[in-house]
Amino acid sequence: MNAKQSDKVATGVLYLMSGTIVAILALLLLYILWNGIPHISWHFLTAPAQSFEKGGGIGVQLFNSFYLLILSMLISTPISICAGIYLSEYAKPNRLTSIIRTSIEILSSLPSVVVGLFGFLVFAVQAGFGFSILSGALALTVFNLPLLTRNVEDSLQSVSFTQREAGLALGLSRWETVIHVILPEALPGIITGMILSAGRVFGEAAALIYTAGQSAPPLDFTNWNPFYIASPLNPMRPAETLAVHIWKINSEGIIPDAKAVSSGASAMLIIAVLLFNVLARYLGNKMYKKFTGV
Amino acid sequence: MQQQDKIRESMLKPSQASKRERHGKILSFAAISLIVIVVVAIFVFVATRGIATFTVDKGNLWDFFTKTTWNPGQTDKSGHPLIGALPMIVGSFAVTLLSAVVATPFAIAAAIYMVEISPRRGYKILQPVIELLVGIPSVVYGFVGLSLIVPFVRTHFGGTGFGILAGTMVLFVMILPTVTSMSVDALRAVPRYYREASLALGATRWQTIYKVVLRAAVPGIMTAVIFGMSRAFGEALAVQMVIGNATLLPQNLVSPSSTLTSILTMGMGNSVMGSVSNNALWSLALLLLLMSLLFNILIHRISKKGALH
Repeated sequence: MNAKQSDKVATGVLYLMSGTIVAILALLLLYILWNGIPHISWHFLTAPAQSFEKGGGIGVQLFNSFYLLILSMLISTPISICAGIYLSEYAKPNRLTSIIRTSIEILSSLPSVVVGLFGFLVFAVQAGFGFSILSGALALTVFNLPLLTRNVEDSLQSVSFTQREAGLALGLSRWETVIHVILPEALPGIITGMILSAGRVFGEAAALIYTAGQSAPPLDFTNWNPFYIASPLNPMRPAETLAVHIWKINSEGIIPDAKAVSSGASAMLIIAVLLFNVLARYLGNKMYKKFTGV
Repeated sequence: MQQQDKIRESMLKPSQASKRERHGKILSFAAISLIVIVVVAIFVFVATRGIATFTVDKGNLWDFFTKTTWNPGQTDKSGHPLIGALPMIVGSFAVTLLSAVVATPFAIAAAIYMVEISPRRGYKILQPVIELLVGIPSVVYGFVGLSLIVPFVRTHFGGTGFGILAGTMVLFVMILPTVTSMSVDALRAVPRYYREASLALGATRWQTIYKVVLRAAVPGIMTAVIFGMSRAFGEALAVQMVIGNATLLPQNLVSPSSTLTSILTMGMGNSVMGSVSNNALWSLALLLLLMSLLFNILIHRISKKGALH
């Protein structure tokens, strides 16, 4: 076989293998949506789950997933923005900075089950929060912080250095320059990263099994006082999320329609993640256009 | 006089802006310290629990790595708890290595396609495909594995369907996007003039890719593969759902077996804090933590050694 022939063969093989990846994704999505969407109904999305009988819904789990997501984003957003500002604006190239960077790298590569167990030990047991939304939100924060911080740092770094010089030349302090000049310009990147990480958090289960718990007590959607025990807003109640629910009914499977419920719930998860992805792209593009005036 | 004092005072005191600057700097440093503290805390907490198996409960470290009986609640004749973790260790390494072996060629092929063959179509089709594959939650992978791959393995390869083969197939899809996107970065980092020089010598596109671009990108691709392996090693729920969770040494690819993560997720809820069985689970967690650290160190080594100048 001469060089030209092997070039053609190799190109063919590359096409074939890339095509296989596309086919795998198509198969996955089709399988999940095809099996799941028929089970999604208003009843399924709002009814509480059943423990032993069929016909249960995922209402409470769906609410828990969103509540946990919002709570953990509320905690992790300010921390990651401040930490990102430090890394991008204040960190000098020295020993301390390299230790910080290494820690972030280690934290981002830790298995999520280890983060979950750490959360269980520290938040649920030592701090006495028990299996609760608060423990879960804190564990998710630990899981989320390194990626968010790096995203903030990258977004800040992509802002031109002349903007900083301009701010300083106007007599602003470095902090004021960052807050009033750099951060607004970096905002599209930061928000895109946040929505993408929200999608990741939404589907996370391993970090939540032993922090937010595996039970979803019925909620009273008429009482929104956060201190009332069955209130949806109470952060101290155990809260099984959608992803944990899928895991649980499949590995302990006592309900007879486990397959139907998990098909529907998986489809919901995928749809949510797809929406997060589309939203991130759309908002990123839109804000980019608005800020750059293209 | 009074007026002068006031001016003097305002000159000597730090200005509003410099105060704000200091506060901001302290705030941002506090945030970054928090992250470092969390990392240290994770190591301290998991290590103290994990080591207790060997110091407090008299577990034998050698047994932990070589024996195959996992029943930490009971002790053997000489009074050591039965903490043979070899089945889980073998299981974890088997699924990790096998899934990396399967995923690497596909990832490199997709990366070559995206960088060298058709960047436009790569950006339009493969990029979103890879982003979506990353986005699919691991329990969904587990569920699809359970309802699609396990029956498939059962009918075509025998056994119950649960086991290393099913775990490998699930992990292959899960680490594929990570390895691909990092390989893409590695290929993109190869300078353009390498390709131009090769093509100018009369090499075909494939010869250029195979003999020049891929060789130059080897360190980056190796980093990508190790990164994928570290993902696979730490993945818990998807694997746990398809591997069978029997603490037996895997006999073949379709015999029910277990990984460190699967036994950890299954067992933690059923043991009492501070008991021997609980501490033994924390030892597994510590092993996971150390492996993740090792993968990290490997990645550092490779990227330092093989950096393109």
